[in-house]
Amino acid sequence: MDQYSARRYIVTALVLLVVLVYLIRLLYLQVIDSTYKLSAENNSKRIEILYPSRGLMYDRKGQLLVYNQAAYDLMIAPYELKEFDTIELCQILNIDKESLITGIKKAYNPKHRRDPFLKQISPETFALLKEKLYKYSGFYLRSRTLRKYNREIGSHLLGYVGEVSEEMIGNNPYYEMGDYIGISGLEKAYETQLRGEKGMNYFLVDVHNKIKGPYQNGRFDKDAVVGKNVVCTIDADLQEYGEKLMKNYSGSIVAIEPSTGEILTLISTPSYNPSLLVGRPRTLNYNKLKNDTLEPLFNRAIMARYPPGSIFKLVNALVALQEKDVTYNTQYYCDMGYYARGIKVACHNHDSPLNLPQAIQHSCNAYFCNVFRSIMEDRDFKSVAEAFNNWRDHVLTFGFGNRLNTDLPNELNGFIPQASYYDRYYGQNHWNALTILSMAIGQGELLITPVQMANMACVMANRGYYYIPHTVKQIQELDTIDSKFLEKHFTSIDTGFFNTVIEGMELAVNGGAGSTARIARISDIIVCGKTGTAENPHGEDHSVFIAFAPKDNPKIALSVYVEHGKWGASYAAPIASLMIEKYLTGEISNSRKWIENRMLNDNLLNKK
Amino acid sequence: MTRRTNILLNADWLTIIIYLVFVLFGWMNIFAANYNEQYKNIFDLNQRYGMQLIWILASFVLAVFVFVIDSKFYSFFANLLYGITILFLIFVILVGREVHGARSWVSIGGFNLQPSEFAKFTTGLVIAKYLTTIDVKISRLKSILVLFGFIMLPAVLIILQPDVGSAMIYFAFILVLFREGLPGMVLLLAAAISILFLSTLMYPKIFIIITLIILAAIIFYFLNKKAKYLFWGIIIFLIAYIGFFLLNKYNYFNSTTLVRILLTLVVSSAVYVIFAIRRSIQHVLLILLFLFVLIGFIFSVDYVFHQVLQPHQQTRVNILLGKESDPLGYGYNVNQSKIAIGSGGFTGKGFLNGTQTKFDFVPEQSTDFIFCTIGEEWGFWGAGLVILLFGGLLVRLIYLAERQRSAFSRIYGYGVFSILFFHFIINIGMTIGLLPVIGIPLPFFSYGGSSLLGFTLLLFIFIKLDASRLSVLR
Repeated sequence: MDQYSARRYIVTALVLLVVLVYLIRLLYLQVIDSTYKLSAENNSKRIEILYPSRGLMYDRKGQLLVYNQAAYDLMIAPYELKEFDTIELCQILNIDKESLITGIKKAYNPKHRRDPFLKQISPETFALLKEKLYKYSGFYLRSRTLRKYNREIGSHLLGYVGEVSEEMIGNNPYYEMGDYIGISGLEKAYETQLRGEKGMNYFLVDVHNKIKGPYQNGRFDKDAVVGKNVVCTIDADLQEYGEKLMKNYSGSIVAIEPSTGEILTLISTPSYNPSLLVGRPRTLNYNKLKNDTLEPLFNRAIMARYPPGSIFKLVNALVALQEKDVTYNTQYYCDMGYYARGIKVACHNHDSPLNLPQAIQHSCNAYFCNVFRSIMEDRDFKSVAEAFNNWRDHVLTFGFGNRLNTDLPNELNGFIPQASYYDRYYGQNHWNALTILSMAIGQGELLITPVQMANMACVMANRGYYYIPHTVKQIQELDTIDSKFLEKHFTSIDTGFFNTVIEGMELAVNGGAGSTARIARISDIIVCGKTGTAENPHGEDHSVFIAFAPKDNPKIALSVYVEHGKWGASYAAPIASLMIEKYLTGEISNSRKWIENRMLNDNLLNKK
Repeated sequence: MTRRTNILLNADWLTIIIYLVFVLFGWMNIFAANYNEQYKNIFDLNQRYGMQLIWILASFVLAVFVFVIDSKFYSFFANLLYGITILFLIFVILVGREVHGARSWVSIGGFNLQPSEFAKFTTGLVIAKYLTTIDVKISRLKSILVLFGFIMLPAVLIILQPDVGSAMIYFAFILVLFREGLPGMVLLLAAAISILFLSTLMYPKIFIIITLIILAAIIFYFLNKKAKYLFWGIIIFLIAYIGFFLLNKYNYFNSTTLVRILLTLVVSSAVYVIFAIRRSIQHVLLILLFLFVLIGFIFSVDYVFHQVLQPHQQTRVNILLGKESDPLGYGYNVNQSKIAIGSGGFTGKGFLNGTQTKFDFVPEQSTDFIFCTIGEEWGFWGAGLVILLFGGLLVRLIYLAERQRSAFSRIYGYGVFSILFFHFIINIGMTIGLLPVIGIPLPFFSYGGSSLLGFTLLLFIFIKLDASRLSVLR
């Protein structure tokens, strides 16, 4: 035994100390701290998303409107990159080397994921790239679908598809960065049906992101469900024709089948080619359209709140009839206008006195000022305000003042003031029928959207009720559309009174000389219509027309609004009659070709 | 005949059994780490686990050889064996095969071997032989210098490969010398110097220097036990620093933070020395001397590293220190290693079910990071058992060394113990994130022919010496 043999204990103690420290550390890592288990999952589990193709859209006759084309995103997995021929890749992708390098740098993140490197590459590039992809380790192609349009029509109605924003992701956990979503129109309204369901495959991957096999034998995997096809109520031919007629005007056409509430055309001009908002150039084109002073992105048909003009006389007439303030035979004199207590509402030259249908025929301002006064000054009510609110209740049942709740997103409500609105403005009892007389002829505070005007035409056509206008006829695999579109909405006006007004509408078109809308006359079809000239303090008056046809068993009801079109008869009425003729007969008769030519050749867009 | 049976009977079977458990369990884990749906056969010679089986069998043959050879052979030929391995180490630097930036491989008969793995046992032998020579005493400076020469020679040659990790293992022999009477202070100093050396290469100088200054202040306080002396020191230091700081700020004397701190140290030390001499405060000069010597050491290590070594050599050292091996940012290896071990939980994911090891998330998982595979697939009980068994083996080796009659066997036994102990500390400490990444294998577990053969030789020479201890005359 040597003198230092006791040092064995120090050495042994050292060993035991290290063993103890390492055991405690191991216990901490493996048993106490659970964060490492999660990190391990994140390391090795990958989700591959299977994108379903979006549902197709057809028009009411089964013509294909919207379908899909294949598109490819070039994906990059930065940690699988190997040396490659950068010049060749740049040539194929048609990018410069700097953007290649910055793109690769941008893709580096600590998550080992595949990032989109170049989205929606063109089919030509795809064909080139697919052959040579084996040379570029770390690059992958992901197939996506893009919208494609058979005809360049219905951009506002169909809407467009784009990538989800972060806000949308926050609102709906279904979506992830890079997913597509319907942003407007039908694409948005029927997003859940059109998009289908994403599928998912879970994989185990190695450090190079190479797939090593299914995760838990594919227990959590899910197939993608293809989006449902949608049949629209739109008549593509009529829509195309209407867009052609309107292409030189700013305004709107909304045509509805009165017996169902199905929207046959929904046109807002100026419009744009729906293909512009597809794929990679979408953002660029969108910004161009957004900055266009003619506001092509603005869907006037459901969002523009216009003064209705003289078409509103029909509503006032019906309310007055219902409230027994006038009858069929009530006559009022007109001397080129209406004069009362310093107020003057001008009128044009026509026979006098007139009964109610004749007043509609000639759109007599004086007559309807009297009608309006008789409503407001009805002795059944204690005050003008009370009479006014009663009038307003009637008006609301036509679908004015609130959203109609069509299936189109972003629909606006219009405006029908309440009595309290004037109380606030003039003070209680400090206003009367004369104060608000401009509403007698559809001016003043009234604001109505084109779709509401078309709906009013439906009410006339149906003699007192409407179905909420809608754009979808059928969704694949679903028995029925939303039940709210199958319900009749009755106005507060008795059916019988409508005949009086419709007689006036018939006369307005077919009453011969002096009839305001005689240009809309079609020889074999009885068109009932009403012109309107909406006063516009900012420029030329707007041209308005609502109509339905034929008079008995109507097939189409529509509203046409042409901004700055001056008289109702100058643009709106002829366009409406062409639409009716086209829809009911399929063509424009030779005797009316001149009207078509005039509408096609005239141009109000560059005047203003 | 009777003598041979005696040797087998006298052999320490406990150690041999632990050895067998380690080698076979290691083989299983190499299989798991490289397991692939395409290559399911554990005997597939194209895969690492197949190769490892060959190395295991070769090791067994080698172990039998070691047992057959007379025990006196090792002490008699210790110098010769040492010389041969040194020649190989020189040879490998000159014409060795370069793998991962280091020339550490030499091809012998189609197999690639690492001489550095075999130099461990020959160094152990030569130390044992030298220490048992008459006239050699550890208390004599000459003896110590010779011993350090024996240790440093292979270490320096291995650094030149460069393989700093493997070279560092030679520090282990300090434990042997400690057991044989080297003063404890030397051991502490050696530990301090090696920590300082490593930190200089791994961390910015300024942190190390500040740490040293703080340590010096603490030591100063504990030697004098007077807070007021320390307080004045700090005040002087701060005033000097603020002075240099202001000079820099107003562009009278531009300097980096590091330069400012060094100047502050010099100036404040000079002032404090005068103050200390007047008040006759103890230990000031000694501590300051140590401080400046250590700072000088830092700068010389830094100078050698940055000015003498070529950039590619620096890179190699950095790779070995885990600073550059890592494309995903500092700490990736360690983090992945901790994730793999941590995800094992108490019971582990089961044999061949470890996703982290199977799918290569952990780098070098069949060699240096083999412990991750154990931790992930066998959990706390498996990994803990390995640690306990290692502890058991090490304690057993101490016990065996101490029961030797001959000093040669005892010293060699301690050499075996020390080498295995250091490998154990560094390798497992690295995988569980307690020590920096230093690429050395886990004895008996890690994939690799040279290391397995080298450790087998190292261990079985001692088992042979132990088995024949009774035939040795005192």
